Amino acid sequence: MTNLAQDLLSSFVVREPQLNGGRNLSIAALRKEALDRFELTGFPSTKDEEWKYTNLKPVLKHDYKILLKSDDAVAFSDIKQFLLSDLDTYKLVFINGKYSSWLSETTHSEFDICTFASALNKYPDTIAEYLGKAAPKGETFVDLNTAFADDGAFIRIKNNQTVDKPIEVLYLTTEENGPSFSQVRNLIIVGQNAEVQIVERHQNLGSTVNFTNFVSEIFAAQDSRVSYYKIQNDVTHASLVDNTHVLQERQSNVHVGTYSFGGKLVRNNLHFYSAGEHCESHMDGVTIIGDGQTVDHHTLVDHQEPNCYSRELYKGIYLGKGHGIFNGKVIVRQKAQKTNAFQQNDNILLSNKAHIDAKPQLEIFADDVRCSHGCTIGQLDKNALFYLRSRGIPKSEAQGLMTYAFASDALEYVKVPQLATRLNLVIADKLGINLEFAL
Amino acid sequence: MIKIKNLHARVEEKEILKGINLEIKPGEVHAIMGPNGSGKSTLSNVIAGREDYKVTGGSIDFEGADLLDLDPEERAHKGIFLSFQYPIEIPGVTVSNFIKTAINETRKGRGEEPMDAREMLSKMREKSALLEMDKSYLSRSLNEGFSGGEKKRNEIFQMAMLEPKLAILDETDSGLDIDALRIVANGVNKLRNANNAVLVITHYQRLLDHIEPDFVHVLYNGKIVKSGDKNLAIELEAKGYDWIKEENV
Ligand SMILES: Nc1ncnc2c1ncn2[C@@H]1O[C@H](COP(=O)(O)OP(=O)(O)OP(=O)(O)O)[C@@H](O)[C@H]1O
Ligand SMILES: [Mg+2]
Repeated sequence: MTNLAQDLLSSFVVREPQLNGGRNLSIAALRKEALDRFELTGFPSTKDEEWKYTNLKPVLKHDYKILLKSDDAVAFSDIKQFLLSDLDTYKLVFINGKYSSWLSETTHSEFDICTFASALNKYPDTIAEYLGKAAPKGETFVDLNTAFADDGAFIRIKNNQTVDKPIEVLYLTTEENGPSFSQVRNLIIVGQNAEVQIVERHQNLGSTVNFTNFVSEIFAAQDSRVSYYKIQNDVTHASLVDNTHVLQERQSNVHVGTYSFGGKLVRNNLHFYSAGEHCESHMDGVTIIGDGQTVDHHTLVDHQEPNCYSRELYKGIYLGKGHGIFNGKVIVRQKAQKTNAFQQNDNILLSNKAHIDAKPQLEIFADDVRCSHGCTIGQLDKNALFYLRSRGIPKSEAQGLMTYAFASDALEYVKVPQLATRLNLVIADKLGINLEFAL
Repeated sequence: MIKIKNLHARVEEKEILKGINLEIKPGEVHAIMGPNGSGKSTLSNVIAGREDYKVTGGSIDFEGADLLDLDPEERAHKGIFLSFQYPIEIPGVTVSNFIKTAINETRKGRGEEPMDAREMLSKMREKSALLEMDKSYLSRSLNEGFSGGEKKRNEIFQMAMLEPKLAILDETDSGLDIDALRIVANGVNKLRNANNAVLVITHYQRLLDHIEPDFVHVLYNGKIVKSGDKNLAIELEAKGYDWIKEENV
């Protein structure tokens, strides 16, 4: 067992009484059971099939602080650049895993856009009803998070409500605690025929290492529409395990876009469960990383009911010694006839030291389905490069233009125009091209 | 303008150009004809700077500069333009972004200021009208899903925008319908002046009725084996290549 695992187990004893959910017996039991499971398994190693290509050792070895303090020194001017500018949004800002009321803009009027901690107090029954119902028991990081997490975003949209503006959730880490290990949790409950857009970001503001174990559960009721965008553009001493679990009821439409441009190690466990007919599940993303960075996309679409559609499109561009992993699993249960599942993962390696491990996994138990999957790994097309150069566009710009075009393909479903512009800017910047090419 | 001397080039291990000599002066139109596989596209690609082709001997002088020393983009900045026999599809890059980028990078390469946006726009309008192209082309991905004829027309649109000194048209006529051929040829003629030159590669006399050449050359087996005036093209159209091949066994 790693030191960190031991520290976590012993700190639970100190922590448990303070965990708000402790007041609700069923939540307290959930936490304890989750901790017990963690105690048995510990952190996964590369011997574990699901972690074969992603070695956690280098990020778990630090002497992380587990019980974290917030940081009063963070001002709006420090975080402005991480928010969407020129756009009115609801804001939930957390510093070292603690809610920061002075940087946030919440509401309880027509819908609840507030915090997990306050929901534990105010709506313990709702929490007990939903907590852990989308995220599966037995996944180490989920269990660990279930045991500890006491804050994060709580978003509850009532039936037939459309949230009037996007919600931004910002998770910040500062140097206040030295190396820090934080565990935060979202609970997002979207009622029937309701609609919401969420933009989320984790950001380390300091120079000390941090590790975030994050769980987000999304419950999309019948006919609801959810857009959930994840911006992962952190510094190279920040690591993140993002466990996002989406439970969809009939005719709901959920899109999760993951834009990974940075971080030391980012692992995305993104799972969709279509538990009603005619669901649409969209997941797409752009990954652009280089030296000292690993991004691992582990996705799962579990088609449990007939007539559902899933679309998965991930684009990866790897520079320097960047390391990408893509493991896309699609399960079509026996009952799920007429499933239409599309999966495509395209990668470009811009350096011969970069590498990608890619694996599609299809488990199909129904016979009347349409499933397609494709995976490409390549360099830029030489003929196309020559074509652009022959028109006077220098090699580096031509490469940038082509990779930009390759990547921006996966931004088609971004519904918030300001976010789309922002992402285009980041991509152009990462590829070192001038924006005249891009816009 | 361009002087090609004893040019030899190979692709992989195969020698394709076996001593080409060709001089083109400002204001002139030259046509190259020749059987399939004789090396016409290879010659145009070597002039444009494609790296797959290895020059093993000879020289190309372009307005006093050694062209073989330059990257493809530098050649473009000097005013060389190749209309591709098979234009490449580039998904995600719109025609208008592409052409804007090409123009401004070319200007940058020449130490000039970028073209102002208004001027760019009106030039694009003017040139697409000249080639009778629908405006919607400009916002489409470059060549993606274009028909064969549309791709060729788009090549000449780019030429019109970039105003090169030496334009090499590699089978620009193939794939064009009769009206399109006239429109494209007319576009090329409009761009001609005393200071630029055109090298037309074609299999058919038809195009040369519209773009009248000063010289016609026959490229066979990596060499220019015959040169003449526009009547040579008419003769070839009537007699085919057998007599040329026989003369050169
Ligand atoms: N990249 C390449 N690899 C291998 N062989 C090549 C390559 N490019 C050209 N060749 C060969 O070189 C020869 C000349 O080709 P080229 O395309 O220059 O002919 P061409 O005169 O333009 O023919 P066409 O009239 O059919 O367009 C052909 O035999 C061709 O197969
Ligand atoms: Mg050819």
